[in-house]
Amino acid sequence: MSLNSIRTLGHKGLSFFQRLGRGSILLVNIVLGIPALLPRVRLLIQQTYSVGVLSLLIIFVSGLFVGMVLGLQGYNTLVKFGAEESLGVVVALSLVRELGPVVSGLLFAGRAGSALTAEIGLMKATEQLSAMEMMAIDPVRRVLAPRFLAGLISMPLLAAIFSAVGVLGGYFVGVGLLGVDEGAYWSQIQANVDYHDDILNGVIKSIVFGTVITWIAVFEGYDAIPTSEGVSRATTRTVVHSSLAVLGLDFILTALMFGES
Amino acid sequence: MMTSRTVEIWVGLFVVAGMAALFMLAMQVSNLGTYSNSEGYEIQANFEDASGLKVRSPVTMAGVTLGRVTNISFDGKSFQAVVTMRIEEQYNQLPAGTSANIYTAGLLGEKYVGLLPGSAADPCEDEKLQAELEGREPDLKGLDCKPQHLAQGSKIELTQGSLVLEKLIAQFVSSFMDSKDKEQAEKE
Amino acid sequence: MADDSDILVKVRDLHFERGDRMIFDGVDLDIPRGKITAIMGPSGTGKTTMLRLIGGQLRPSSGTVHVEGQHIAGLGHGALYQIRKRMGMLFQNGALLTDMNVFENVAFPLREHTELSNDMIRDLVLMKLHAVGLRGARELMPSELSGGMARRVALARAIALDPMIMMYDEPFTGQDPISMGVLVKLIRELNDALGLTSIIVSHDIAETCSIADYIYLLSNGKVVGHGTAEELGNSSSEWAQQFLNGYSDGPVPFHYQAKDYLADLMDGADQRAQSNGSSGVAS
Repeated sequence: MSLNSIRTLGHKGLSFFQRLGRGSILLVNIVLGIPALLPRVRLLIQQTYSVGVLSLLIIFVSGLFVGMVLGLQGYNTLVKFGAEESLGVVVALSLVRELGPVVSGLLFAGRAGSALTAEIGLMKATEQLSAMEMMAIDPVRRVLAPRFLAGLISMPLLAAIFSAVGVLGGYFVGVGLLGVDEGAYWSQIQANVDYHDDILNGVIKSIVFGTVITWIAVFEGYDAIPTSEGVSRATTRTVVHSSLAVLGLDFILTALMFGES
Repeated sequence: MMTSRTVEIWVGLFVVAGMAALFMLAMQVSNLGTYSNSEGYEIQANFEDASGLKVRSPVTMAGVTLGRVTNISFDGKSFQAVVTMRIEEQYNQLPAGTSANIYTAGLLGEKYVGLLPGSAADPCEDEKLQAELEGREPDLKGLDCKPQHLAQGSKIELTQGSLVLEKLIAQFVSSFMDSKDKEQAEKE
Repeated sequence: MADDSDILVKVRDLHFERGDRMIFDGVDLDIPRGKITAIMGPSGTGKTTMLRLIGGQLRPSSGTVHVEGQHIAGLGHGALYQIRKRMGMLFQNGALLTDMNVFENVAFPLREHTELSNDMIRDLVLMKLHAVGLRGARELMPSELSGGMARRVALARAIALDPMIMMYDEPFTGQDPISMGVLVKLIRELNDALGLTSIIVSHDIAETCSIADYIYLLSNGKVVGHGTAEELGNSSSEWAQQFLNGYSDGPVPFHYQAKDYLADLMDGADQRAQSNGSSGVAS
């Protein structure tokens, strides 16, 4: 009995490393396919539309509300210490350092990642990828590479939009509704948010998240069992795995970036 | 199906919006708009204690940020902290006798360098004033004339280091004990 | 058999397994140039797998597949893609790209592989679509096509690059009699007009026999019979007779492998008795 459970453990471990290996090989192939994309900007634009532009609405609305809630909650806490001038810093730092990249990463995984996996998985299930191979067109370069690159480009832009809209949302609530001084809101932000330490690190985070999410999404779709059940499972796995990856990586990156000093 | 033209316009708008957001974060939200790296001049000051001070901490005078700390090092001879600060070019009229203190913003806030304007003992200035009173030409020969304003490479002589809370408490407690001892002694 | 130079695809001692299941266990095939060759057999004998092995999408466990003298499994990525440009394949459900309309689907291989001007591509696409009778449907999306039409569009796409080999994967499955007739006619006509070599994988006996020049019968990973339709009809092989005439029982048994019926039923009764007995003892 115990021997069997050890065997199951070993089997799971082996298949995990096999998937990791397949995923890495796929990633290398995708990256090798990216230079061939450059003369074909149209493919990239098409995919940036479905990956980035279609995620814009949810990112915009969520950013606005997250910023507004931060403004409200931050005010309630800060006003007890008579420090409501620092509201801007609270809102801006939490958005730029953490919530911008992480929340937009999670939303991106749910909105764009799942769509990518489902699309690629269905293309596989309906033999469209096979058909491309038989037409001597490499689906990794024609289908996966533009989607990957589009995700890579879209994610930092979406995270930046999320943070900027959130700061404005905090401004509406804090300055517009709760009467925090407008000048204090902005000047406190400018005095305490550092371009290099905060903004650039946030952008780096979002680029890393974008890479990992689209990699997982594209790989899950390409590796899906080509049945309706297989595709639906792969889609679920994309959302779960990429969300977990975002949260785990966020901890590691935060420790690396903000741990010292 | 969307025409490719509409798609292209949307993607263009998306990229522009993203870039605008990044630009806003960089200029409006962060301090990139306020501090520039290459302009201005550097001055130095030695502190007994620079604990809590960091590179890029603000340097202020009368509560206005004039520049930032660019480097903190240790002088092995005097056993003091050498703090290098970059002051923006527009504030090039700081008097040479300016003193530097390390303050804390609020009770528990960040440390920053506060500059206080002052006049240095300068024989040239004294001679000029004297000559003006007496209505004669100032005679600057043989006098050790120093520049009147802080400039690139100037060193601030008068400094006061960080106040460390533990030290303060220790001082307070010991002086309190001392006074108690005295009272005790007086009673006896 | 025919002269060696007339053999376009040569399969020798092919073994292929998927997991623990042996799909091919020593298969030899010769596909003659310019002819329509059919590979037939019951479902699950790996007929589609054979096409994928020829197209290089799968690698055999052992044995060789040669196409025009080239060892497929030994080719690198580039060489394999070069030879695939000269192969066309019609998939079971057409496998049209769902985000493009009919015209763009047929234009797809041309746009990917050639530097032709838009005008040239338009002319070529319309020619191919005309050949399958769907020139008027060029603006439709794949989701608006019937199964038979989708297959014809896929056929037009497969011949867009003027291949030397056309492979048909179950072209007749699930078609109504009219579109079946249309496809049979198209396959024969295209083969003769374009000088193709066609390989049909199917289990639709009547339609396949009506156009195939040569037929291989596969079962249990082996070739169990080959010849022209006539030769096979007259063959004494029990298996061939069962397959061609559709008898429900024969060398391919009606029942999936199972233990003896009576013993199986009795087994269940025994188990019930046992569990009752044990619970009785316990109480």
